[in-house]
Amino acid sequence: MGLYAMLQVIWWLLLGVLLIGLAVMVGMDMGVGAILRVVGRTDLERRVALNIIGPHWDGNQVWFILGGGAIFAAFPLIYATAFSGFYVVMLLLLWTMIVRPLGFEYRSKIASPAWRNVWDWSLFVSGAIPMIIFGAAIGNLFHGVPFHFQWNLTSVYTGSFLNLLNPFAILTGLLSLSLSVMMGALTVMNGAEGDLYERARNVAQAGAATAFALFAIGGFWVRTIPGYSIVSGPGPGLPQTPLQQIVSLAPGAWQSNFGMHPILWVLPLAGFVGMLGALFAGRAGRSHLGWWLGALAWAGVIATAGAALFPFMLPSSSDPSMSLTLWNSSSSQLTLSWMLAMAIIFVPLILWYTSWAFWIMRGKVSADHVARDEHAY
Amino acid sequence: MINGTVVELSRIQFAATALYHFLFVPLTLGLSFLLAAMETVYVTTGKLIYRQMTQFWGKLFMINFALGVATGLTMEFQFGTNWSFYSSFVGDIFGAPLAIEGLMAFFMESTFVGLMVFGWERLSKGQHLAVTWLVALGSNLSALWILIANSFMQDPQGAVFDPTTMRMQLSSFPRLVFSPDAQSKFVHTSIAGYVTAAIFVAGVSAFYLLRNRHTELAKRSFRMAALFGVMATIGVITLGDALGFVDAQAQPTKLAAMEGLWRSEAAPMPFNLIAFPDQTKQENHAVVQVPALLSLLVTHSLNGTVPGVDELEQQAALKIDNGIPAVEALQALSKHPNDAAALAEFKMHEQDLGYGFLVQRYAPDLEKVTPQDIARAARDCIPPVAAVFWSFRLMVGFGLLMLAFFVLAVLYSLRNRVQEKVWFLNAALWMIPVPFLANEAGWLVAELGRQPWTVYGMLPTWMSASTHSVGYMAFSLTGFIAVYTAFIIVEMYLMVRAIRHGPDGPGHENGPASRPRPVLAPRPLPAAPHEMNLEG
Repeated sequence: MGLYAMLQVIWWLLLGVLLIGLAVMVGMDMGVGAILRVVGRTDLERRVALNIIGPHWDGNQVWFILGGGAIFAAFPLIYATAFSGFYVVMLLLLWTMIVRPLGFEYRSKIASPAWRNVWDWSLFVSGAIPMIIFGAAIGNLFHGVPFHFQWNLTSVYTGSFLNLLNPFAILTGLLSLSLSVMMGALTVMNGAEGDLYERARNVAQAGAATAFALFAIGGFWVRTIPGYSIVSGPGPGLPQTPLQQIVSLAPGAWQSNFGMHPILWVLPLAGFVGMLGALFAGRAGRSHLGWWLGALAWAGVIATAGAALFPFMLPSSSDPSMSLTLWNSSSSQLTLSWMLAMAIIFVPLILWYTSWAFWIMRGKVSADHVARDEHAY
Repeated sequence: MINGTVVELSRIQFAATALYHFLFVPLTLGLSFLLAAMETVYVTTGKLIYRQMTQFWGKLFMINFALGVATGLTMEFQFGTNWSFYSSFVGDIFGAPLAIEGLMAFFMESTFVGLMVFGWERLSKGQHLAVTWLVALGSNLSALWILIANSFMQDPQGAVFDPTTMRMQLSSFPRLVFSPDAQSKFVHTSIAGYVTAAIFVAGVSAFYLLRNRHTELAKRSFRMAALFGVMATIGVITLGDALGFVDAQAQPTKLAAMEGLWRSEAAPMPFNLIAFPDQTKQENHAVVQVPALLSLLVTHSLNGTVPGVDELEQQAALKIDNGIPAVEALQALSKHPNDAAALAEFKMHEQDLGYGFLVQRYAPDLEKVTPQDIARAARDCIPPVAAVFWSFRLMVGFGLLMLAFFVLAVLYSLRNRVQEKVWFLNAALWMIPVPFLANEAGWLVAELGRQPWTVYGMLPTWMSASTHSVGYMAFSLTGFIAVYTAFIIVEMYLMVRAIRHGPDGPGHENGPASRPRPVLAPRPLPAAPHEMNLEG
C-alpha cells in the first residue's frame, strides 16, 4: 500500500475515532438534556443534573465542531455533498443544537418557573433531535443518498427532505437516541445522589435495553438492503474524481467485508457486550464502569457501520457510480500529512487536559452546593 | 448552472450569520485577556477586589460567550450546507485551518472555560489563573486559524489547481499560514477585539460611576480598560494601515473600491475624504479630497500609484480572454482524464482559470461567448464601490473616535478625575456600540471588497453556492432570522439585567462593592489607586 492510500485509511480511521468521540462526549450531554425532565422532578434536581455536566458540556461539544472541521479538511467532497444534500435536516440539527449553550448558560439566571420551564423543554429538544438526526444520517448511508455531480464536481441533490426519514433511518436515529439516553443517565448517576440517582438508574437500564434491541433489529434489517460494490475505478492511493469509477448494487454487499474478514464480527459483538455490560453495571450501581462500557457500545456500533460501508462513505442512490469513497473524496497527500502531524500533536494533548478537567471536577454534585454556589447553572 | 437568486440568498444568509457571530466574538477575544489580567493582579497582589472584578466581568463574559459558541457552530457547517462547490473546490486547503482551529484552539478554550467558571473552589489560585490564561490563549489562537482560512479567500497563497482532481490543492502549508494577509489580518482583527472589550468595560464601569455604585470596582476596571484600550487602538490603526498596504498588492480591486478610485492617476494621488460613488456611471459626486494622501497611505511613498477601476477592468478583460481556453480544456479533461492535448492547453492558460469561470456566468457554453459577455464579466470584477467605500470610512472614523476617547480616558483616569467628568462618563456609555459597529464595518470592507470572488481571482461567487431551490433558501433564511432574533433579545435582556444587578448579584444593588472603601472579608482593602500595578 502506498503512502497516500495509507494516509487515506488512517484518516478514515481517525474520522471514525472523531465520530465515536462525538457520539460519546456530545451524546452523553445530549442524553442528560433529553432525560432532564424525567430524572429531575424538582428544579433543584434538574439543576444538579445540569451541573454534573456543567463544567464539561462546552469542551465536549468541540468534538462535534472538530468532526465538522476534520471532514472538511480530510474529505472535502463528503463535507460539501453530505451537508448540502441533508440541508433541511442539517439546519434542524444546527438550530436545535445551538439552543443548548443558551439553555445551560441562561436557564438558571432567572428564578421564574416559567422561564426555567422553557429552557428545560429547549434542552430536551436540543438533546433529543440532534442525536436522532445523527443516527438517521448514518442509517441513510446504507440506502444511499440521491445526488450526482456535474462536469466540474458541482454536487446536485435530487431527493427531498422526506427521503431521509425512511424506516431504517428512523431505526438508526432511535438507536442513537437510546444510546445517548443510556450515557446521559449513567453520567447523572456518576454525579448524583438520592432520588435523582435512582431515577437515572432506571433510565440507564431502559436506554441500554432499547439500544440492544434496536441494534439487533438493525443487524437483520440491513441484510435486506442492497449493498454497493466497486466494479472498476482508479483504486486506492491515486488522485481521482468520483466521475471515474463504476459501482454496482448487490444484495448482501453490506456484509461482504464481514464475510471476507470474519474478525470484523468483533465490532458488533463489542457493541452488544457494551450495551449489556452498561445495563448490568447500571443496575448494580457501578455507573463509572457502566459509562465506559457504554462508550464501548458506541464504538462498536459506529465501527460496525464503518466496516460494513468500507470503502464507501457516501453512496449515491441516483447514480451509484458517483458514490463517494475514501479513495475519491479525500484531500491530497500533502494536506492529509500535515493534518496527521497536527492530530498526532494535539489529540493526546486534548485527551490529557480533558481528563484533567474531569478529574478536577470529579465526585458528586450536592444539591446544597448547587443552591449556594453563585457560579452554578 | 446555479440559480442567481439562490446565490444572492446564500450570500445574504452567510453575511447575516457571520456578522451576527462577529458581534460576540471580538468581545470574547478581548474580555478573556482582560479577565486574565485582572486575575493576575489578584493572584500577585492578593487584593480581593480583583477577584471580585474577575468574577463579575467573567459573568458578563459567559453571557456573551454562550452566543458566540452557538453561532460559531452554524458557521463551521455553513460552507458545506450553502457553499458546497466552494467547499469541494478549496476544501483541501481551506478545511485544514478550520480543523486545526478545533484541535489546537477551540478544544482548549472550551475545556478550560468550564473550569474557569466552575473551578473557583476546586483549583488553587495559580491553577485557576493558568486556566483563565488558557481560555484567553485558546480564543485568540482560534481567531488566528479562522483568519488564516479567511485570508486564503482574500489572497490564495500556498495552493495550486490540480486538473486531475479538478480542485485547488495545498502546495505549501507554511505559505498558507504565513501569508502576509493572514498575519496582518489576525493582529488587526484580534486587537479590534481588545478595543471592543476595553470600550465595553469602560462603558459599563462608567454606568456604575455615574450612579455612584460599586465605585471601587468600577474605577479600577475603568482604568485597566483605558490603558488596555489606548494601546489596543493604536495597534488596530497601525495594523489596519499594514493590511491596506498588503491589500494594495494582493487585491487591487478591493483597494480601488475602498478609495472610490475610478480612474488611474499620476502620483501623488489625492485621497477621497468624502465622495458618493456611482457604480453605473463610474464616477464620484460631491468629492472632498486631501492632496497626495492616498499615495502616502497605501504605498507609503509620495511617488507610488495604485490602479483605478478603468485600468483594472481592462486587465480583467485580458485575463478573461486567457481564462476561456483554460475552462474549455478542463471540460475536455473532465470527460477524458488522459487527454494529453487538453492538458497541455490547460497548462498554457491555467493562471487565468478563475476568470474563465467568471464569464461562464453569462456564457455557460464558452464556444458562444461574445465580447459583450466578456465586458460584463470584466465589469463584475469591481466590487460594490459605494458600500465598500463607506464601510471603510465608517470603520476608520470610529477607530479614530475610539482613539480620542481612550486618550482622554487614560488622562482622566490616571489623574483620578474620571468621576468628576460626568459628561465623559455619559460619553463612555454612548461609546459602547461604537466598536461593534466598527467591527461589522470592517467585515463588510473585507468581504464585500472581495467580490465577485469567494477565492480572489480563482473562484467566482456565482458558482460557489450549493444547488438549492429558492424555497429551501427562503426556509433557512427565515429560520435563521427567527432563531437569531430570539437569541439576541434573550442575550441583551440578560446582559442588561446582569449589569443592573452589578457585582453583588440580584438584590444587592447597593451591596458591599458599591461603598467607596469596601470591607470585603477578610481584610480591608487599600483603595489608593496609585498602589495598583496593572502589569502585575
